[in-house]
Amino acid sequence: MTISRRDLLLGSAGLAAGAAGMSMLGSVPARAQSAMKFTPEQGASLRVLRWSPFVKGDEDAWLANTKKFTEATGVEVRIDKESWEDIRPKAAVAANVGSGPDVMWVWFDDAHQYPDKLLDVTDLANDLGSRYGGWYAGPEGYAKRDGRFIGLPLATIGNALCYRDSWVKEAGFSEFPKDTKGFLELCKALKAKGHPAGFPHGKAVGDGNNYAHWLLWSHGGKMVDENGKVVINSPETIEALKYARELYQTFIPGTESWLDVNNNRAFLAGEISVTANGVSLYYAAKNDPKLAEMAADIKTTNLPIGPVGQSVELHQTTTAVIFKYTKFPQAAQAYLQFMFEADQMNNWIQGSSAYCCQTLKAFASNPVWTSDPVHAPYAKASETLRPNGYAGPLGYASAAVMADYVLVDMFAEAATGQRTPEDAAKRAEQRANRYYRV
Amino acid sequence: MSVSADSIPAAPSSRWSLSRLAHDHNVLGVLFLLPAAAFLLVFLTYPLGLGVWLGFTDTRIGRSGIFVGLENYQLLWEDHIFWLSVFNTILYTTVASVLKFGLGLWLALLLNERLPFKAFFRAIVLLPWVVPTVLSAIAFWWIYDAQFSIISWALIKIGLIDSNINFLGDATNARASVIAANVWRGIPFVAISLLAGLQTIPPSLHEAATLDGATSWQRFRHITLPMLTPIIAVVMTFSVLFTFTDFQLIYVLTRGGPLNATHLMATLSFQRAIPGGQLGEGAAIAVAMIPFLLAAILFSYFGLQRRRWQQGGAD
Repeated sequence: MTISRRDLLLGSAGLAAGAAGMSMLGSVPARAQSAMKFTPEQGASLRVLRWSPFVKGDEDAWLANTKKFTEATGVEVRIDKESWEDIRPKAAVAANVGSGPDVMWVWFDDAHQYPDKLLDVTDLANDLGSRYGGWYAGPEGYAKRDGRFIGLPLATIGNALCYRDSWVKEAGFSEFPKDTKGFLELCKALKAKGHPAGFPHGKAVGDGNNYAHWLLWSHGGKMVDENGKVVINSPETIEALKYARELYQTFIPGTESWLDVNNNRAFLAGEISVTANGVSLYYAAKNDPKLAEMAADIKTTNLPIGPVGQSVELHQTTTAVIFKYTKFPQAAQAYLQFMFEADQMNNWIQGSSAYCCQTLKAFASNPVWTSDPVHAPYAKASETLRPNGYAGPLGYASAAVMADYVLVDMFAEAATGQRTPEDAAKRAEQRANRYYRV
Repeated sequence: MSVSADSIPAAPSSRWSLSRLAHDHNVLGVLFLLPAAAFLLVFLTYPLGLGVWLGFTDTRIGRSGIFVGLENYQLLWEDHIFWLSVFNTILYTTVASVLKFGLGLWLALLLNERLPFKAFFRAIVLLPWVVPTVLSAIAFWWIYDAQFSIISWALIKIGLIDSNINFLGDATNARASVIAANVWRGIPFVAISLLAGLQTIPPSLHEAATLDGATSWQRFRHITLPMLTPIIAVVMTFSVLFTFTDFQLIYVLTRGGPLNATHLMATLSFQRAIPGGQLGEGAAIAVAMIPFLLAAILFSYFGLQRRRWQQGGAD
């Protein structure tokens, strides 16, 4: 969309809030070195394709920042939106045909599917990294290939446990358990009190994968080793599957069919006591006057730590890429640089209401993370993020394995008791080998 | 416009040849065919040819592939998810088509009777067909929801069940549910088409048979059904093709779940090709649908359409 006066007016509210926040900031490190200079090409204009926002403030802040860029440089920027699931095919088509948006926000390992079609932004990434405390390793992994940046890690869409505090207390837990063992006990107690948990075992692209990867990684399992050899059929995976089976028995019935939206609906209807989701779930309750009581009762925390002893999660991650075919590579880099600078990035993170977690460490001090206790777990998203297809290389195979729901299906098979953990792990191994074949 | 002296004598000859061309049936035929042929070539033949070609390559998103012969098909041969999708597709198509035919024919016969508000009922019947698939699929998604299903709610209220029905979470239930949604959507097409066929049957045949003492079943068996067979052949061929290639309903309701129990070849092809990035393999799955579709068409052609009585001979 072209920035209109209405957009500006809409965005100005967010900007004002952002400006108020800026005064509270102050902890963003002073720019030790001067920024790189990108001079937009004469007559440049840009087209940006992003996913449709989940939180309105995200879009308002981004549009307001873009407007500032246009005013400062004269470069017109048109921002188009697509449903988040349509981003992958659209980006692929743009890469294949060599025409389309100049800048695009892509998901997960998309950038690794067509790295040679993307502009090398290593200098810009290093410049931003050196001035803003460095990139978090997880998001950086998604944007880097063979030591070069093929995109800028834009944000991590954090995932955290959302639960009903009063019900947890009613179940006899004064505080939320931090480890997987305690979490299982809590879920059993909640179920006994008539407040089951609910995590999707259906083909839920985001939530289903988040849950399955946490189950696997927290128990030390992994899809492949560093060389891309499939090692999913391991004792650690079997343990994870056994744990999933036990946890499943504390769930509300029907989670095998759940898609991404089902856990939100069940939670907001008061049918389940705990699930994992982005902060948007909390805001859905908070923005609905009828759910005010529930919103006050919602608390969030990071997913429990398993036998591996550290917090490891998939989350969703988005990378801003510039296609090589762009006629205005300088303008595109100038635009991204401008959007990553402290004023704009802080404004955007704040506007996103904890939905988008910073990828540059300096922005961890953004006031949004302390403005509401519910936001706090989402602040760690980039820190706990582990890339898809861990511990192997990102690329076609890692993306294909996720798209084929190999992990999601494996956990669903074992959790629902349709297969033994051993059988489920073996089948997942066979399926993953189709993609990681040598 | 100025006209040069040289061009004047040439004019009658070109006009003559143009008018001759304009009266040449062959030339005209080709000319009139051109737009349609170009349309078919660009929008049907080329994509189909490209799909077949892609099935023989290892093309991925963002990378043009190389010819790999039958490798994609070999890989699919050993892939249990693919075979499950073939089974699901055949089951889905067979059960849904039989139900659509039976219920559609029944509805058509009812609508062919003298009913009050006949036109109104005929219009109403078309609604499921008119509503965009995605919209009706979303409605069914709610109807089958694990927690908020109206069917479960109503049955619990009546006291027939005490917990929600797991419509889309159990493999058998999920298959039955998606088939039911497809049947609901597809019946109007069959019913209205067959109704059109019923109205072409001369009433005199029925009158004559009635005078001869034929029962209503005999009239149906020996007059209605044979007269309707050509229409049934065409309608059911289309219906089978639509059902076999269904995508939207499954994608909205289950995405192929639970545990791939409702994955059809079309949805698996999409999942592998677009989100999965393997255009070659996705195309191979799509191409693997062609033999089944051809078989359905040939069955209809040889089994139902080429009846000699249509040409005035014995059956």
